[in-house]
Amino acid sequence: MLDINGTFIGQLLVLLVLLWFIYKVVVPMLATKIEERQQKIANGLAAAERGQKDLLSAEARVEELVKAARQRALAIEQQAQVRANETIDAAKQTAQNEAARLLEAAQAQVALDTQKARDALRSQVAALAVSGAEKIIGREIDAKAHTQLLDSLAANL
Amino acid sequence: MAAELAESPSDYVNHHMTHLRVGHGFWTFHVDTLVMSAALAAFVAWLLWLAARRASNARHPTGVVAFVEFVYEWIDTEVSAIYHGNRKFLTALAVTLFTWIVAMNTMDLLPLDAPSKLAGSLGAPFWRVLPTADINGTAAMAVFVLILVVAAGVRSKGAGGYLHEWIAAPFGSNPLLWIPNAILNLIELVAKPVSLAMRLFGNMFAGELIFMLIALLGLSVSHVTGKGLVLIAAQVLLGSVWAVFHILIVLLQAFIFMVLPIVYIAMAEEHH
Repeated sequence: MLDINGTFIGQLLVLLVLLWFIYKVVVPMLATKIEERQQKIANGLAAAERGQKDLLSAEARVEELVKAARQRALAIEQQAQVRANETIDAAKQTAQNEAARLLEAAQAQVALDTQKARDALRSQVAALAVSGAEKIIGREIDAKAHTQLLDSLAANL
Repeated sequence: MAAELAESPSDYVNHHMTHLRVGHGFWTFHVDTLVMSAALAAFVAWLLWLAARRASNARHPTGVVAFVEFVYEWIDTEVSAIYHGNRKFLTALAVTLFTWIVAMNTMDLLPLDAPSKLAGSLGAPFWRVLPTADINGTAAMAVFVLILVVAAGVRSKGAGGYLHEWIAAPFGSNPLLWIPNAILNLIELVAKPVSLAMRLFGNMFAGELIFMLIALLGLSVSHVTGKGLVLIAAQVLLGSVWAVFHILIVLLQAFIFMVLPIVYIAMAEEHH
């Protein structure tokens, strides 16, 4: 049952052939493929990590940009407020000036009209006084003779 | 059935334990062992080559490729845990030993009488299907491992350093201790292949024998009676239980025969 014989040598040869085949053919093929795959997986993982980092930095940049935009919007809003106030003030000023000018013109017109009416009245009063005096005296007044008197009268009205 | 009933239990066991031989004396060859182991080696080589050729990184591995890659990577990891250095050859050695021994051991799970009956119909009077239950099969592997162990020692320490270790370790280099050192080293060296060969041979041989004894339960039934039915039921039940348990032994013994040579070679390269 435990006899060692020629079978031993045959078994040794079979082992050597199988070992040679696996060492020279199978293991190199498998090792290359598996190494390639491990490299690929490592690259993929590295890429994923890089992507994660990129995402984080992009998020940070977005936040920064949003912050800056918000600040700019705020500044623009304030600027607009200032500009609006300025515009309103300017308009107010213009309107006030215009009103003052109109008032002045109207006052001048009124003064002029008053003067005219006074002058008209004055001449009419002179004529009225003359005719009144004629009636009282019963004779004609020589207008020429009394022109000076009448003029000074009218001037006093 | 008639032929089997005519066989006595010891005839039955003896028949299953006899190799198909050619030649005389030392130059006797067990044709069954050689043919089975060579065929299984060819099958293993073909399966590994097929998977290695089909392995591709364009898609994830499936089926036989995934299985072979898984086994290869597992063995490579095991080897790397034991041996720190260029392990390309040792991984190949471990893959060879594990896959080939698993394939050979698995033959024990074939129906006991089927291979010998098939061989008988082809004109072979005997056919043992299990090459690892032949001491020649396990000893060949163990002796090859022994050669590798010695070679690893010589390679890492030089011939002089290796011989010096024979007489100077483990007790010391005092000339009085040279002989005890050498005796101990001889025992240590011989114990490795002997234990490797005998462990695998013993496990598989015993496993085969127990399958035979279980088979005898049913063979002893001459006509179907109540007792006969019980015996047949016992054969089916025990045979199933032993087969399931034997799956563990098939893999475990192959694993041991894969790991121990790597351990021995790693130890041989250590300096004392």
